[in-house]
Amino acid sequence: MNVIKNYNTLKLFGLAALVLVLAIVSLFIGVKNISPLQVLNWNKQEVMLLTISRFPRTIALVITGVGMSICGLIMQQITQNKFVSPTTSGSLDAAKLGILTTLIVIPQEQALVKLIVSFLVTFSASLLFIKIINNLKHKSIVFVPIVGLLFGGIINSITSFFAYKFNIVQDVGATRDMSGSWLMGDFSGILQGNYEAVYLCLPAVVITYVYASKFTVIGMGKEVSLNLGLNYSSVLNIGLLCVSLTISAIVVTVGIIPFLGLVIPNIISHFKGDNLKATLPYTALFGAAFLLVCDIIGRLIIFPFEVPIGLMIGLVGGFSFLILLIKKQ
Amino acid sequence: MISLKNITKTYKNTPVVKNVTLELPKGKIISLVGSNGAGKSTLLGVIARVLNPDDGQIIINERNIEDYKTRLLAQHISILKQSNHLNLKLAVKELVAFGRFPYSQGKLNTTDQEKINEALTFLELDDLKDRYVDELSGGQKQRVFLAMVVAQDTDYILLDEPLNNLDMKHSVQIMKTLQALCKQKGKTIIMVVHDINFASQYSHYIAALKSGEIKYFGKTQDIIEPKKLKDVFDIDFEILEHNNKKICNYFN
Repeated sequence: MNVIKNYNTLKLFGLAALVLVLAIVSLFIGVKNISPLQVLNWNKQEVMLLTISRFPRTIALVITGVGMSICGLIMQQITQNKFVSPTTSGSLDAAKLGILTTLIVIPQEQALVKLIVSFLVTFSASLLFIKIINNLKHKSIVFVPIVGLLFGGIINSITSFFAYKFNIVQDVGATRDMSGSWLMGDFSGILQGNYEAVYLCLPAVVITYVYASKFTVIGMGKEVSLNLGLNYSSVLNIGLLCVSLTISAIVVTVGIIPFLGLVIPNIISHFKGDNLKATLPYTALFGAAFLLVCDIIGRLIIFPFEVPIGLMIGLVGGFSFLILLIKKQ
Repeated sequence: MISLKNITKTYKNTPVVKNVTLELPKGKIISLVGSNGAGKSTLLGVIARVLNPDDGQIIINERNIEDYKTRLLAQHISILKQSNHLNLKLAVKELVAFGRFPYSQGKLNTTDQEKINEALTFLELDDLKDRYVDELSGGQKQRVFLAMVVAQDTDYILLDEPLNNLDMKHSVQIMKTLQALCKQKGKTIIMVVHDINFASQYSHYIAALKSGEIKYFGKTQDIIEPKKLKDVFDIDFEILEHNNKKICNYFN
């Protein structure tokens, strides 16, 4: 028993070390060549570049990786469906609508106010989505995420309509194409002073860890939860709050990061099962490592330009998912 | 003891359970029997507070069920539904450990660990405890879910068709386990059973329901009678006696 436990701790430390190494590698990739030696010698220009641009980017990557994976995991527990994620439940689209609202109604307000509005819209949309799927007659594993995609599509069309009306399509990127809009996930614009909102994911991560067992119980359904004396709806709301806060913080700072919330929890669940108390650290760390790898490849492949991170996640994530499916057979 | 007073439950203007008053004795196995749609499962759900009754009171250990906190009530009464569809990939010992949730909220202490091991041994799951639940057969799964209920260690255990989809061997195995639970641990078991012979062989009391009302309630010996059974099920019964137990033949 103890041996198994030690072995698992060792694996977890290994994963944490991997994240650290990747983070350090990520720090030293960029158009301006910085060597670790220069930093150790406290070379002023290099250190400045590191603190203003490289550090924020790497930290944003790690937090986003952790946050999006955990969001996906919570959504999958709440809906009891492995294919529900922020991408397939309308949450990301709602965060976008929230940001559009702030652009139109309160363009002069601070980032924090925008974040709060975006959070409120995301939270309401999540509640609505849960309400919709609770009223579904056939809650099949495929049908629920399709309803989520439809729901997201409807929200998106509202966003598009008002974006056209107010001539800010470029900003909102409502057409779902990749044409250089800031709401498609992008880490290249991250600088000291404009990314700090991403730290708001951290309280949600901590709450998720504290509530891990409760989220597992919720994943067994409403009746099992009741039988085990768990207040189902309050835990559900806490979950949705965490998800909404994390998603809006990420969308406001780095934009939309697709797939991550779907792929990471499923890969971990495949190898480690669904007892969140044990698997949550793996999901979080693996999410961070995965996003770092995608970002590093994306920055190197057409150096000195960058492949959009969304595209990289789609490629690497899709490929690993495929391998997983083939191996399963 | 569980007392039901004037319980009524209605679905879309159709009463499913009508004005049921019943005293369920402690430390016994009690079977709820009746045709499909007689309201057995609904009544069980109401007792387990998974469903809210439209009218009436449920009193457990001389206290109204509504006065219990959800978490505390989960230490007194547990329910196992007929369709235990587990979406999660959990190891047997992990799932059984969740039976301790009402006490530990996920942080297991040594008492919890003892109860979990005891439950695993009680249902002969020691060899399977590291396997994933979704890899097991129907009979093994049912034992795992039962172990979870055993670990929950409540005085009252409610089971909705515990023999559903099990073959004869596994059905008998489960019933023997329930008997042992009742005898060795003093549990009160209230269950919905479809096969009248299982009810007759293994339960101390039988409550027979017909269209939402309790038609008969009493000791098993007194309920298993051709006339009463015909009244409940609308088919003819021939009762055979073997070792002081009654067996029903309804294959006419």
